[in-house]
Amino acid sequence: MAIFKNPNFDFLKWRGPALGLSAVIIVAGAIAVLLQGGLVLGIDFSGGTNVIVKFDAPVTEDTVRATIASAVDEVVVQQYGPAADNELLIKLPQGGTESGTSLERGALAVVAALEQGSVGGFTVIGQELVGPVIGEELKRRGLSAFAFAMAGILIYIGFRFRFSFAVGAIVAVAHDILITLAVLTFFGYELSLNVVAAMLTITGYSVNDSIVVFDRVRENLRKMRRDAFDTLVNTSINQTLGRTLITSGTTAFAALALFLFGGEVLRGFAFTIVVGVISGTYSTIFIAAAAAIVISERSASRRAAVGAPGAAVSQKAKRRTKKVRARVS
Amino acid sequence: MAKNLRWKVLIIVAVVVAAGLKVYPPGEQIRLGLDLSGGVHMVLRVQTDDALRLEIETRAEQLGEQASLAGIAIISVPATLPTEMRVEGVPADRDQEFLNISDDLLQASFDRESEPGGAYTFRMQPGVERVLREQAVRQALLTIERRVNALGVAEPIVTPHGSTGDQILVQLPGVEDIARAKEIIRSTSLLELKLVEDGPAPSREQLLQTRNGVVPSDMMVVSGADESLGSTLGSTVFYLVRRVAAVTGRDLRNARPTIDEYNQPAISFSFNREGARKFGNFTGANVGRNLAVIMDDRVYSAPVIQERIADEGRITGTFSQEEADDLALTLRSGALPASLTYLEERTVGPSLGADSVRAGVIASVSGLIAVALFILAYYRLSGINAVVALALNLLLLLACMSYVGAVLTLPGIAGFILTIGMGVDSNVLIFERIKEELTSAKGVRAAVSAGFDRVFLTIVDTHVSSLIAAAFLFQFGSGAIQGFATTLFFGLISNVFTAVFVSRTMFEAVLTRRREATLSI
Repeated sequence: MAIFKNPNFDFLKWRGPALGLSAVIIVAGAIAVLLQGGLVLGIDFSGGTNVIVKFDAPVTEDTVRATIASAVDEVVVQQYGPAADNELLIKLPQGGTESGTSLERGALAVVAALEQGSVGGFTVIGQELVGPVIGEELKRRGLSAFAFAMAGILIYIGFRFRFSFAVGAIVAVAHDILITLAVLTFFGYELSLNVVAAMLTITGYSVNDSIVVFDRVRENLRKMRRDAFDTLVNTSINQTLGRTLITSGTTAFAALALFLFGGEVLRGFAFTIVVGVISGTYSTIFIAAAAAIVISERSASRRAAVGAPGAAVSQKAKRRTKKVRARVS
Repeated sequence: MAKNLRWKVLIIVAVVVAAGLKVYPPGEQIRLGLDLSGGVHMVLRVQTDDALRLEIETRAEQLGEQASLAGIAIISVPATLPTEMRVEGVPADRDQEFLNISDDLLQASFDRESEPGGAYTFRMQPGVERVLREQAVRQALLTIERRVNALGVAEPIVTPHGSTGDQILVQLPGVEDIARAKEIIRSTSLLELKLVEDGPAPSREQLLQTRNGVVPSDMMVVSGADESLGSTLGSTVFYLVRRVAAVTGRDLRNARPTIDEYNQPAISFSFNREGARKFGNFTGANVGRNLAVIMDDRVYSAPVIQERIADEGRITGTFSQEEADDLALTLRSGALPASLTYLEERTVGPSLGADSVRAGVIASVSGLIAVALFILAYYRLSGINAVVALALNLLLLLACMSYVGAVLTLPGIAGFILTIGMGVDSNVLIFERIKEELTSAKGVRAAVSAGFDRVFLTIVDTHVSSLIAAAFLFQFGSGAIQGFATTLFFGLISNVFTAVFVSRTMFEAVLTRRREATLSI
């Protein structure tokens, strides 16, 4: 059984429209982020208070919001998990200074207001209080983890493959991160530690995908010396297409299971993985290799231009370009 | 070839048995993180300034005492910085004498700065300050550890945290009464016995009436519950007490809950030798006066000193039995050298944790089953190979986690899912390659061998790049990210073993037995 029998799609022909589509999504995402005044940070990075309350009887978010409105200034109340569980998440922003009991003050005020109000019996089943010091630290550590991991991967690819491949991989990763951020924003997910972990996962994933294609390109460079570089790359993408789709399919499947059954805590994580895997597959097929080709052509034509003054020798220069293109790995 | 194969099979069986033993029974071998088991995670900051202030106050008191013994009356002025103390009013003719006294006492750890008019500022040396701060954190760590152990929590974690040097991470898995646990950890429980100068009075103003509303610099106002007969329950009274305590909880030897003469829960305490000597001298010199029993800046009682008491005392008040038990516990575990503030607190109720475990397991298992079914349908008999490799991969991953004592958290479960993805990827890469090699008609054995050989480099590349990422995530990430990185790291390593070594051995085992040259893939 096979998804495609000897596939031979001309993916590179589509790189223009593909880049256009990606650009549209990314620009729309950027606009959405700007409109809401920046990325929405979760409690891990912004600091604040989250209280998860389980009510004995069903209550609406509005009732709860009205009940505690007098006790706290700014509050977000949203359903937590399936509606049948009667669980609500109450979010308060970072407030006051960080000394003594002030960290708990918001949570205590919420609980007191709920006790006095007429919302029935309830239990606090979870509570997160994050002060500004910790928020800053988590932000710093998250960013440095990301930066170092990326740098490490890129150095490795640069070392194992050619420079243009490393650039292709960077472009693909940047593409996937931006697309995922855009989609997260569209669907109103906030950036939490778990989501950052998911972004790192798709980064690794995207790089994996690129490596598989690059590996095949490297192998084909030995076998298909007579073909132009783009043809060769296109063939490589086609040859690895089955693997790319099966792997993405199964991973997306597993992540989808996590999204559907993994519970509230992992929802953002799973969503990010699903989006990232789809974007990663797309970028592997349409973006990564295309970027590598563009970089290779640039450097090749620059070298050609030096030794080719005038139009008369342009034919020769072209041939040389091709030779340079083929002299890879 | 056959002998070679036997060795390979032997290695695999040995690894599987070792892993199985390490994982069984799963309930005991795999530790669950707080997000799954329920419990509380706290990051506390030790207010090390408190420890410095205490040192300064003690030194200032000593200096004043020595000076007054020599007949020099000086005034200690409260300083603004926690590392400074200021003395004024040294008479010009006794200057040299004062300097001798202060040098004896303070030269080792303070820098002196003189100002006109007999005023001096003593500044703590930076090295001394650093040592004091470190000591305060270390002592707080030990104290919290003792208290947590006394709480009877299974496998608590109390460790230094963060990069600033004054943070402590406390994790208490499975704690039910979180509010009580927090109170016990946070309570500084500094017991101080101070001489009452005036009071009790119903308000601060009345207390200070005779002193024109000014608190003398060596005294302070503390409040406590009014326990005199006929008073309204819960009303507050004020006392004017000496700023420096006669004896503190630092000199305690033991504290235990007891019952007072009215059958009320109370706490009795006893002093060590140093404390008993100080307390004996003090009570002997102040018979007939009131002594305030102060804990965490609250007066619990202020009995009259009837006679010289050496080594025993009692705190009475209106306690519930549990309060008395907790107070005795915190007193016994030692006072915290400084107050604590909470920087972060995450509480997961046991029911929420159990929900997450259930959801995580359902998600992992359903994900795994869906993937396995797909592989079996797509690769037919060879798919069995891949599924066995995947299952082994998860077993090895669990064994590794159990071996290094890593904790399984929710992001860790996510790492499991990713490991499944990577495992499938390796198998797919290999199988797709074998299919390709089969079309070039080299015969099954050659195709399988070529498939594994060709793909090996790709697998190394993808795994190394992911391992690099996982290592950095573990090094620089925090909490959630580290849990994820841990599972990913072990998952990647066990995947290379299962997808390449185990899977290939299985192919070889099957192919050496069979003569016909077909492969169900």
